[in-house]
Amino acid sequence: MGFEGIGASVRRKEDGRFLAGRGNYVDDINRPGQLYAFIRRSDRPHARIGGIDTGRAASAPGVVAVFTGRDIEADGLGGLPCGWQIHNKDGSPMAEPPHPVIAVGKVRHVGDPVAVVIAETRQQAKDAAELLVIDYQDLPGIASVRDAVSPAAARVHDDVVGNVCYDWHIGDKAAVDAAFERAARVVRLDLTNNRLIPNAMEPRSAVGECDPSSGDYTLWTTSQNPHVIRLLMGAFVLHVPESKLRVVAPDVGGGFGSKIYHYAEEAIVTWAAGKLKRPVKWTAERFESFMSDAHGRDHESVAEMAITEQGTFLALRVSTLCNMGAYLSTFAPCVPTYLYATLLAGVYKTPAIYAEVKAVFTNTVPVDAYRGAGRPEATYLLERLVDVIAYDTGIDKVELRRRNFIPSDAFPYQTPVALQYDSGDYEATLRTALQAADWDSFEERRREAASRGKLRGIGISTYLEACGIAPSKVVGSLGARAGLYEVASIRVHPTGSVSVLTGAHSHGQGHETTFAQLVSEQLGVPISQVEVVHGDTAKIPFGMGTYGSRSLPVGGSAMVKAMDKIIAKGKKIAAHLMEAAVEDIEFKEGKFTVTGTDKSKALAEISLAAYVPHNYPIEELEPGLDETAFYDPKNFTFPGGCHICEVEIEADAGMARVVRFTAVDDIGRVINPMIVEGQVQGGVCQGVGQALMEHAVYDAQGQLLTGSYMDYTMPRAEDVPDIKVGSETTLCTHNPLGSKGCGEVGAIGSPPAVMNAVVDALKQYNVRHLDMPATPEKIWTIMRDGQPAMAAE
Amino acid sequence: MYDFTYQKPSSIADAVKLLAEPEAKALAGGQTFIPVLKQRLNKPSTLVDLAGLGLAGIKAEGDKITIGAMTTHGAIAASPEIKKAIPGLSMMAGWIGDTQVRHCGTMGGSLANNDPSACYPAAVLALNATIVTDKRRIGADEYFQGMFTTALATDELITSIEFALPVEKSAYEKFRNPASRYAMVGVFVAKSAAGVRVAVTGASQNGVFRHTEMEQALSGNWSPDAIAHIKTPPGGLNSDIHGSAEYRAHLITVMAKRAVAAAS
Repeated sequence: MGFEGIGASVRRKEDGRFLAGRGNYVDDINRPGQLYAFIRRSDRPHARIGGIDTGRAASAPGVVAVFTGRDIEADGLGGLPCGWQIHNKDGSPMAEPPHPVIAVGKVRHVGDPVAVVIAETRQQAKDAAELLVIDYQDLPGIASVRDAVSPAAARVHDDVVGNVCYDWHIGDKAAVDAAFERAARVVRLDLTNNRLIPNAMEPRSAVGECDPSSGDYTLWTTSQNPHVIRLLMGAFVLHVPESKLRVVAPDVGGGFGSKIYHYAEEAIVTWAAGKLKRPVKWTAERFESFMSDAHGRDHESVAEMAITEQGTFLALRVSTLCNMGAYLSTFAPCVPTYLYATLLAGVYKTPAIYAEVKAVFTNTVPVDAYRGAGRPEATYLLERLVDVIAYDTGIDKVELRRRNFIPSDAFPYQTPVALQYDSGDYEATLRTALQAADWDSFEERRREAASRGKLRGIGISTYLEACGIAPSKVVGSLGARAGLYEVASIRVHPTGSVSVLTGAHSHGQGHETTFAQLVSEQLGVPISQVEVVHGDTAKIPFGMGTYGSRSLPVGGSAMVKAMDKIIAKGKKIAAHLMEAAVEDIEFKEGKFTVTGTDKSKALAEISLAAYVPHNYPIEELEPGLDETAFYDPKNFTFPGGCHICEVEIEADAGMARVVRFTAVDDIGRVINPMIVEGQVQGGVCQGVGQALMEHAVYDAQGQLLTGSYMDYTMPRAEDVPDIKVGSETTLCTHNPLGSKGCGEVGAIGSPPAVMNAVVDALKQYNVRHLDMPATPEKIWTIMRDGQPAMAAE
Repeated sequence: MYDFTYQKPSSIADAVKLLAEPEAKALAGGQTFIPVLKQRLNKPSTLVDLAGLGLAGIKAEGDKITIGAMTTHGAIAASPEIKKAIPGLSMMAGWIGDTQVRHCGTMGGSLANNDPSACYPAAVLALNATIVTDKRRIGADEYFQGMFTTALATDELITSIEFALPVEKSAYEKFRNPASRYAMVGVFVAKSAAGVRVAVTGASQNGVFRHTEMEQALSGNWSPDAIAHIKTPPGGLNSDIHGSAEYRAHLITVMAKRAVAAAS
């Protein structure tokens, strides 16, 4: 065995089964006697349901049952719960309209479930679903946040006045207003953060089963957090105690946030399995993913910075309208508030910040966290605004950033928007990135590109984000209805192999390797002897799951704590076996040694003694070597860095392509550099997608125009160049690993870098700003007309 | 998809007989049709698979190249004869879809469907190819009759496509729809015995069309500059979330110039 501990780029243990097609995904699970559910979804954005005639469908071949929202209601099921409560400026709680599992009385977005048909085969269920006759009475629909708040707007929920979910704010308004009064200059930018559809490779799927003898339920589901689903579905929807409900999330093919939430289909198959006494499977077809997976982003913002003549930031004022969609998805309310506005300081020492956020309901798919969740929106706003300040003042964009950086000796640094940064060195990541990207020689590349008919531009983004969500007490005070610790059990088996039971969930991140490396580092066990077990509430004590780049900083820290307990207990056993004092035992590289002697016992000898306690301190120590730890983080972690992008635009057709991309990130301690590089590259691909291609488009009434890959533009391999990934490390100061998290940095830092490069490439057209995605036609229009009316001035 | 009966005849006569049934549909490479079936947008009674008719293959003779209707894009792209004689066609075939699509999709299937965003119609029209069916020979100008509409009768099968040689110049450029990667605007330029021809696919509501103004300009002067000033009226061009009619009109000139440069 070569070195496999912290810092080794070992190959991913899990890839063998994935590459050979031996992964075990939810749709691979088939239970004896299984039925299939097909969900008839609304094709109307907003309509009253006059009635549903289920007669023909119910008598179609193979059909076992047809259920509507009324059946769910009649069985006393709850609605889908929301896990975070935001309060308005006046202290009142947000509007929280009911979110029925299946629509009752009214449909509120295209894709809203209207009825479920359950049949012997998938085909029969689908055939019968077409026979349902639904009497819709169309109502006026709303898709955009601006339309939602217009006085004439129809109401998405009858009880929600003005369609406002909440009107929230943060920061010191008086201080900001005062700073604006005395500022030499104010720079304003209006901008949109485009709505995205997550598009995980594996569509969502769920299999429900009810054991006829015990009455216990099992749900297999495509989830990033099975314990959270068990809690939400059991307690709020089905009213089944956790002890009678098992949730399994086996191999899951990508989530990006969209598989955090508790979805209607999970409740439908579990409930129906109990009712019909047979297992029920549902697997989304791709068209359903577009109209039922929670979407991301969708903000309209006005940002204003008050500055001195020298470009020093005095105060930032932000006003954002954000789209919640038709219902509140599980964690939706926290995304544009505590995961967004608290990040508006970025890497800058702006002394005063005030942000107000109005969240509104529309007739669109619910919007929730999507890779980065709030932080990409904050970063995009800030890093575009900084570039626009440079444009308006003529100050060099790198110099402007440097002038306003929080200096490396200012940590811990308290921002004006609640967060306290523990560590960072923004000058270092900037310097390394500028060098790695050959920043100084860019003008030569611009000239060379011009000779090929290409407009080349360079863009920079110096970003910061908050990961490792989060101290339970803090998030509780901010409205979270859950704790956000993580749980790990380390089970050393009698012969010395190790099982790691983690509440984190891997859906592409490579946890089975990274976590095994942690164990290898701390316990000296080869990774081949370490099995990482995740995604099953029947096996793992508890867990909060994987999102917000929390698996290593929070989940890994829980493992470290559990391994500390293993070592502490092992020392007591070793002391007994070697007749030494516990204080004289040291543990290193898998061996317990009596200090200053050559007497030692390997971990496997100690574990054998623990499980076969013939010679064992049985009076004071329980047998076994199996320890559990709950780790509740002390603070968020604050990864940051510098992304530099170069684009080339075809001068004739307007098509922009990313031709160079450099990412230098500070994510704290890295366990597996190869996996981190893959995470950063994947995130950057999504950021490039958002900047140049992706856009969930609705018509004004709420009809989804990008409901398939024929119209929703996903980035392809050919659209992304080889991404140069580097790092400059400062360690997180408050978790035992010093790790900050790496899953989202790519998607957070990259969109403004790409857009700043696009604007730079178009500098001869005097462009100040254009909104994402920078599609070929949008760019061509600018080149044809010059910048249209400068709405932002 | 809905249930259907599957038939794989081994003679053209049997295939035609099966296709005479109402609601029977021919299956060539299936790269458009199978997704359509999966989306339940079509409900055929019988699917007549044409793979058993021996219609695949490329034959190069002195004055023509004959491509069997069931020849895949992959085979056309890989053919050294086509690469030598009609490089624009070779390049076009190699740029359709992805590897999987190119190894299943067929030229005959694409032409019979006549999707307004398909690539082949531009090549066939610009090269003045002949569509050979089980019943007759159809010239390219007569064959294409608007989007998804052709001169084929419902029970008529394309057996091959003939390209007359020599082809002096040929090239294809396309601007792909960013999402679907179908041709948003594709322009095939050719100079052959049929003269200079410029065919545009993807752009028009009526499917592939010849750009006669460009043809005239290029007849006198085969160079990108000769057509740089030509503006296509946006009336009748497609307009959607990916590009307005004005943008497509602009792209026609851009793509035509690139194609001419590539064939110079």
